[in-house]
Amino acid sequence: MASVTEQPADERQEPVADGGPADPFDRDALPAPPGASRALLRDLTRPYRGRIWLAAILLVVQQAAAQSGPLIVALAIDHAIPALARHDAGPLVAVAVAYIGCAVAGGVLQRVFIRRSAVIGQSVLLELRGRIFRHAQSLGLDFHERYTSGRIIARATSDVEAIRELITEGMQELLNVGLSVLYISGVLVVLDWKLGLVALVTGVPLAFTVRRFRRRSKLVYTRRSAAMASVIVRFSETMNGIRPVQAFRREESNDEEFAALNRVHRTSNGDAILEMGRFTVSSWLIANTSLALVVLWGAYRVASGSLELGVLAAFVLYLRRLYEPIDPLGMFLNSWQSAAASLEKIAGLLAQIPSVPEPAAPRTLPQRASGRPGRAVEFAGVRFAYRTGGEVLPRFDLALPAGQTVAVVGATGAGKSTLAKLLCRFYDPTEGAVTLDGVDLRDLAVPELRRGVVMVTQESFLFSGTVAENIALGDPDATAEDVVAAARAIGAHEFITALPEGYDTDVRKRGGRISAGQRQLVAFARALLADPAVLILDEATSSLDVPGEQAVQRAMRTVLHGRTAVIIAHRLSTVEIADRVLVMDAGRVVEDGSPDRLVLGDGRFAGLHTAWRDSLV
Amino acid sequence: MTGGEGGSDPRGDAAREVPRHSTVRSLLRLRPYVRPVAWRLVCSALVAVTASCLSLLIPLVLKHLVDGPVRHHDPSGVWLGGALVLLLGLAEAGLFGVRRWLVARPMAALEARMRGELYHRLQRLPVAFHDRWGSGQLLSRGTNDLQIVRMFLTFPLIFLVVNSTTVVVGFVILFFQRWTLGLVLLAPVVPLVTLCTYFESRYSVATRRAQDQIGDLTTLVEESVLGIRIIKAFGRHRSQARAFQRQSQELRGTELFKAGLLANLWGMMTSLPDVALGSALVFGCVQVAHGTLSSGTLVAFLTTGLALRWPVESLGWLLSISNEAATAVDRFFDVMDTAPPADDGTGAAPAAGPADGIRFEAVRFRYPDAPEGTPDLLTGVDLHVRSGETMALVGATGCGKTSLTALLPRLYEATGGRITLDGADSAAMSRSQLRSLVATAFEEPTLFSATVRENVLMGAPQAGEEELLRALRTAQCGFVHDLPQGVDTQVGEQGLSLSGGQRQRLALARAVVGDPRFLVLDDPLSALDVHTEALVEAALREVLATTTALVVAHRPSTVQLADRVALLSDDGRITAVGTHRELLETNEEYRWLMSGADERSAA
Repeated sequence: MASVTEQPADERQEPVADGGPADPFDRDALPAPPGASRALLRDLTRPYRGRIWLAAILLVVQQAAAQSGPLIVALAIDHAIPALARHDAGPLVAVAVAYIGCAVAGGVLQRVFIRRSAVIGQSVLLELRGRIFRHAQSLGLDFHERYTSGRIIARATSDVEAIRELITEGMQELLNVGLSVLYISGVLVVLDWKLGLVALVTGVPLAFTVRRFRRRSKLVYTRRSAAMASVIVRFSETMNGIRPVQAFRREESNDEEFAALNRVHRTSNGDAILEMGRFTVSSWLIANTSLALVVLWGAYRVASGSLELGVLAAFVLYLRRLYEPIDPLGMFLNSWQSAAASLEKIAGLLAQIPSVPEPAAPRTLPQRASGRPGRAVEFAGVRFAYRTGGEVLPRFDLALPAGQTVAVVGATGAGKSTLAKLLCRFYDPTEGAVTLDGVDLRDLAVPELRRGVVMVTQESFLFSGTVAENIALGDPDATAEDVVAAARAIGAHEFITALPEGYDTDVRKRGGRISAGQRQLVAFARALLADPAVLILDEATSSLDVPGEQAVQRAMRTVLHGRTAVIIAHRLSTVEIADRVLVMDAGRVVEDGSPDRLVLGDGRFAGLHTAWRDSLV
Repeated sequence: MTGGEGGSDPRGDAAREVPRHSTVRSLLRLRPYVRPVAWRLVCSALVAVTASCLSLLIPLVLKHLVDGPVRHHDPSGVWLGGALVLLLGLAEAGLFGVRRWLVARPMAALEARMRGELYHRLQRLPVAFHDRWGSGQLLSRGTNDLQIVRMFLTFPLIFLVVNSTTVVVGFVILFFQRWTLGLVLLAPVVPLVTLCTYFESRYSVATRRAQDQIGDLTTLVEESVLGIRIIKAFGRHRSQARAFQRQSQELRGTELFKAGLLANLWGMMTSLPDVALGSALVFGCVQVAHGTLSSGTLVAFLTTGLALRWPVESLGWLLSISNEAATAVDRFFDVMDTAPPADDGTGAAPAAGPADGIRFEAVRFRYPDAPEGTPDLLTGVDLHVRSGETMALVGATGCGKTSLTALLPRLYEATGGRITLDGADSAAMSRSQLRSLVATAFEEPTLFSATVRENVLMGAPQAGEEELLRALRTAQCGFVHDLPQGVDTQVGEQGLSLSGGQRQRLALARAVVGDPRFLVLDDPLSALDVHTEALVEAALREVLATTTALVVAHRPSTVQLADRVALLSDDGRITAVGTHRELLETNEEYRWLMSGADERSAA
């Protein structure tokens, strides 16, 4: 049988961007420890082990019933007919009952087996889908930033689909094939071991054919799926970027480039079909030769009187049946091949260890002393470097008292966003600890953490569903009034009520076109609803116009009152509501103080501030 | 149809709206694609039929072997019969190969051709079409559905022909051998056909439902990955997982329902023919015992009957595959039936009229999918951007600025009025002509999986190294020289990931490369920090000095780039045009947009 652990060749054709040692994230398949996919399969099927055995037994009995036809035919010809000639109808009645009984039993058992195996298969798939989804969600942002979204989607959809095909169609096929081969071979040997042996010896060259096919088809299929992957990438990129494609008249040259990719796929596709043909032809050549040999030798022996006619008839009938599954076997090998590759890729994903794990023994935040919403934040001896080695934040200490509003400014790449990501635990520090009221963020369970810290990013992604649902993501228990109140507070109420169905407008449907600025307002409303102790705003107003930004800032003055807030902005307008400004450069805080004090100085902030004032009206 | 009434969800499941054709009618739509390879298909079917008939001949040879040489103990006759069986067997295997060889490459080519045409068509369908269809839905049509069609044409279609023929021929042989026994075998046909019809109707509904549920599941996965930051920021991954679990459970329910249908069908398909064969066996035995039937005939009859088992059983499976293929064909033609917009351009170069700049004259616009009863987004825009001038477009969030700029390269068609470029009506130009004149930097900067060079030079394929470097300098893309392979570094989804600000600057470089005649910049500096913004502005001024440009602006700093400013009001009209200073002094709304309602306190 095929080994599940065989690794498909690299599907990528593009050169690795950095030219250095190949980054596993540039490949479609992440490295999995040896045997991981096999272990995954074992683990998935463990709860159903008993039921699988039961189903297998059902199938054995079903096959026994379904394959007994020729045997009964032999009995009928060799015994029932002579008995009937002697006016003894008993054997014939027995034959009739046996044959029809087997027919009915075969059908009924078939029905039961399909139902039972479907339950097992679907339960395994349910568990597998759930695992992939949950695991992908639990992996840290560092993973998601490197592993493209398309690949995760492929893991959870097309790879699961490949396994589904194998489970729902292939597995039964294989069991059927295996059992009927075993069963028929057994019957043949019992009927007449000499002829049986001839039939069985055929299995040897057939096995070689299967092996050769597996080896060769694997190469072809890998080539084909790599070709398909490039077709898919080009296709979806074009459709997702249809505006620039049309605006820059890329249609013609895209057609040409797509045709080239399509041609590669066409060739490998044809190769794959032919490879399958080669397998079928050689198998049938072997099978039919063996059939002729059996007929020849059998007939010869019947003619010479050493074999009964009924046995020969049974042999011929059984042999045809024995070889019937050649085509299904080829198809099964196909789906096995692709399912094994998919399982390998899934196992690789599941083998990724979350860089930001949930605590085993979570702690809770202390009761707030003052009754105010804010909490104190401390970065104690924190250093952060990417796993690849690049240091982003050299070791530093920083304390933000509860209730303080802190603006962080600095040029692109100064480390502002990394600071924010550490604070909301998108990343864990390489050294040191980030604490909230003295509790290490790593010790907080997710719900507790998110009551503590929430971040609004520059990203304006909306989930499918209504506007209200998108806001309520901040607090699933919120009432409709809470949602409206949050939207009002941030100045989003007006545009939302102007939508065709107000708060119930589906953002993915007609009339749901929401501009980038409006999306940011929705994101703000969501954060307000979440009501966290510490609020982080990372470039959260970049697409707002001036009145929109001012409305947000007005709202922030009330909302942030007593809360701890960290605001990252290119535009210094935000700084007006801050109690304290941190200026960052190359991962270090180079200036720290109240805005008024810094403006009066001659440091970087003063310079930035002057430039910003000049850019205004 | 499932969800036919819902009908209003145009995105994930546009196909649900389409009335379903009958399986045969859908499949017949493949004619134009099949025609060039039709003779191969026909030959392939003939070859397959021949092969099948050969396999049916084997029992007949067997009968003669049993009734002749075996009974008469004639070993030489046995040799002859055995040789014949071998010959037939080898021929059968050989024909299998011929069949494959006939269709393998042509069918792969057919799939590729259909995919190419789909891609070709999709690229030319208006942006409004793409707004309605998720890219995932289009992708699954271009991959999965076409594979199903190709597979159907390669095997099931031929098998459908072959197996039906085999069944018919087989029954003819059976009838010739002994028509009474043949009738017994024929008995289950009526219940089986009824069963299949019933099955087909219910199964296709369930299949479609499962496909749609898979689509929904895919959407959920896609969103949960794309929105991972938001989910993590709010700690919502458990509720996402619950939603996913719920939807996969629904899918499981549908799949189990399908399995139940299949179980019933297969159970019957297994039982009924066997029961008939058993009855035939009993009758046959009686007749042999009475001497009215030779034992050789009975053996041959039963062999033939058993040989027909697979073709009969397979018909159920073939039906469900044909069904799927028909659905796939429908989904393919959902797209292909959408006609690309007629290109009403004359093809002639626009009259090189006086350099008149851009004129919007009473331009109206509403999105083609806007619900009835909503007012137009643009209700008569009149605006003249003089040649060589840079005009800033300012307006409240969501008032239609981006939509207005999209009309210029005709990504959307204006629903009223006209737009002229240097005096030439843009609607009279061919789109490609028009778009060669207008370059756009979009609000959301999209990079393609290609090198930096290719991404930038998209805007002007004929431009050289010199122009590339100039454009990169203008957009302050100095960072590209620090990338591993400089301008030849692969970026985009399959390459190095760049920050939002870096992508925005590359998109800007793409727009300005090759000195376009008309330039549209949609909030081009939103993701840049103050310092970089100032540098880009300074460099942009140089470019803007020589082109006619329309710049969407949210902030005073961006407006500084422009010679004049146009104010787009919420009612979809340009209500004021003038210099920044003039508007600040005279226009209440503009003042509000630029400086906000607050009295600005001295910070």
